[in-house]
Amino acid sequence: MDMLFEYWKVYLYTDGGKMTGLAMTLWLLVLSLAIGFMAAVPLAVARASSNRWLATPVRLYTYLFRGTPLYVQLLLIYSGVYGLATVRDIDVLNQFFRNGFNCTILAFALNTCAYTTEIFAGAIASTAYGEVEAARAYGMSRWKLYLRVILPSALRRALPNYGNEVILMLHATSVAFVATVPDLLKVARDVNAATYRSFEAFGLAAALYLVISLAVVHLFKKAEYKWLAFLRPTEKT
Amino acid sequence: MMSTQALKMATPEPVPVRSTAVMPALAATGIHKRYGDHEVLSGVSLAAASGDVISIIGSSGSGKSTFLRCLNFLEQPDAGDIVVSGESIRMHRGKDGKMYVSDARQLRRIRTRLAMVFQHFNLWSHMTVLQNVMEAPRHVLGVARKEAEEWAAHCLDKVGLNARTRQAYPAHLSGGQQQRVAIARALAMRPDVLLFDEPTSALDPELVGEVLKVMQQLAAEGRTMVVVTHEMGFARSVSSQVMFLHRGKVEESGSGEKLFANPQSDRLRQFLSSNLK
Repeated sequence: MDMLFEYWKVYLYTDGGKMTGLAMTLWLLVLSLAIGFMAAVPLAVARASSNRWLATPVRLYTYLFRGTPLYVQLLLIYSGVYGLATVRDIDVLNQFFRNGFNCTILAFALNTCAYTTEIFAGAIASTAYGEVEAARAYGMSRWKLYLRVILPSALRRALPNYGNEVILMLHATSVAFVATVPDLLKVARDVNAATYRSFEAFGLAAALYLVISLAVVHLFKKAEYKWLAFLRPTEKT
Repeated sequence: MMSTQALKMATPEPVPVRSTAVMPALAATGIHKRYGDHEVLSGVSLAAASGDVISIIGSSGSGKSTFLRCLNFLEQPDAGDIVVSGESIRMHRGKDGKMYVSDARQLRRIRTRLAMVFQHFNLWSHMTVLQNVMEAPRHVLGVARKEAEEWAAHCLDKVGLNARTRQAYPAHLSGGQQQRVAIARALAMRPDVLLFDEPTSALDPELVGEVLKVMQQLAAEGRTMVVVTHEMGFARSVSSQVMFLHRGKVEESGSGEKLFANPQSDRLRQFLSSNLK
């Protein structure tokens, strides 16, 4: 109890100076998901394209980032890239890569973007061809076809899989300590080191992860109810 | 484009008059189409004056659906000419010897004049009934939301779908209802010509009637229609002209009465004897 009293602030949002704990974990999650999502939509369109010159580079990217552990990717970006003399010589890159938070966001965004691209590309590829044909027959341009028919439909159908990716990403943020970012697990490790009460220190972190997971699941359930109504079997009207 | 459309929307629904106007609403001349070695269409022509209802019949594989799909370039014809309300769709032959549309923008504009109803409805599944009907007027023609919505409601009334179904998604409707939504979607474009690609072939027998009734009503209003169909009763009684396709050629064509009562070719006689009960 006294431990809770002493450390609740650092677990939840701050150590007095910086953002820490749950707040940092959520910030990492939201930021990397936002960047990943925005990049994944055009990449998924390219990935699902029949044009080899568009599809192959994206395929290579998703293969690389889904084929290696996030932990290794973060190590490479944080320690590896900064270890290169050329990176340190260029001021902009030097500024960017010496910051652990930047490296973490970059690694997380690239990683989740790769998975999200594959999820969205799958949904795009499974769009009913008749709907595409109808859009063409009604005079839609390629741009309109994607904006009005393919993407709205595909993104909705991808919702359950994407919700899964969000949960996985939430748990994946726990490797942020590699780049010294004070996320929830980093705080738990520090508290453990200070108190030697491992069960409480990590148990508290686990409980907090569980709460966010539940909230995410609930949010996606609501979103699916709203956006996937068109797939739900109901009585005929 | 936007302003002329707005002007059009302001005037009451145009009711085309049956006439023998010099300029056909839709004319296709010498349409050829081949897939590899197989020639599906070998020079099929059609001229639909405003108010004409042309039924295209023939056994499966005769090329009738392919021909209809060439009219709005869902299939690219290999040769031939298509003129919609006096405007010819520009094509050129590429270095590979295939035909290409020269001006994609022109094609898109002309496609809005030719509204198609598909065999499998092809409604946009993530949109409600009302959204399906509003979509192309709003996002292709640029009609304002309120106008598009009122007009869509009017079109849905016309095909006999009540207010309750408007908020439903296509998957929650029967096939007959879905096809009527598709017809309303076509009407909402105020097209010059309605193209029907076997509109009742995917329906349960008991649902065919409600769709045919709507189509009959449209024909009676004097709309220009090209209908690929297996419904011989409809072809015979409603069409101003029936075309019988066989192996990619027009084997015989004429008024419904003439063709059905007095078929000239053996092919048509055979076809009719196996298709009429």
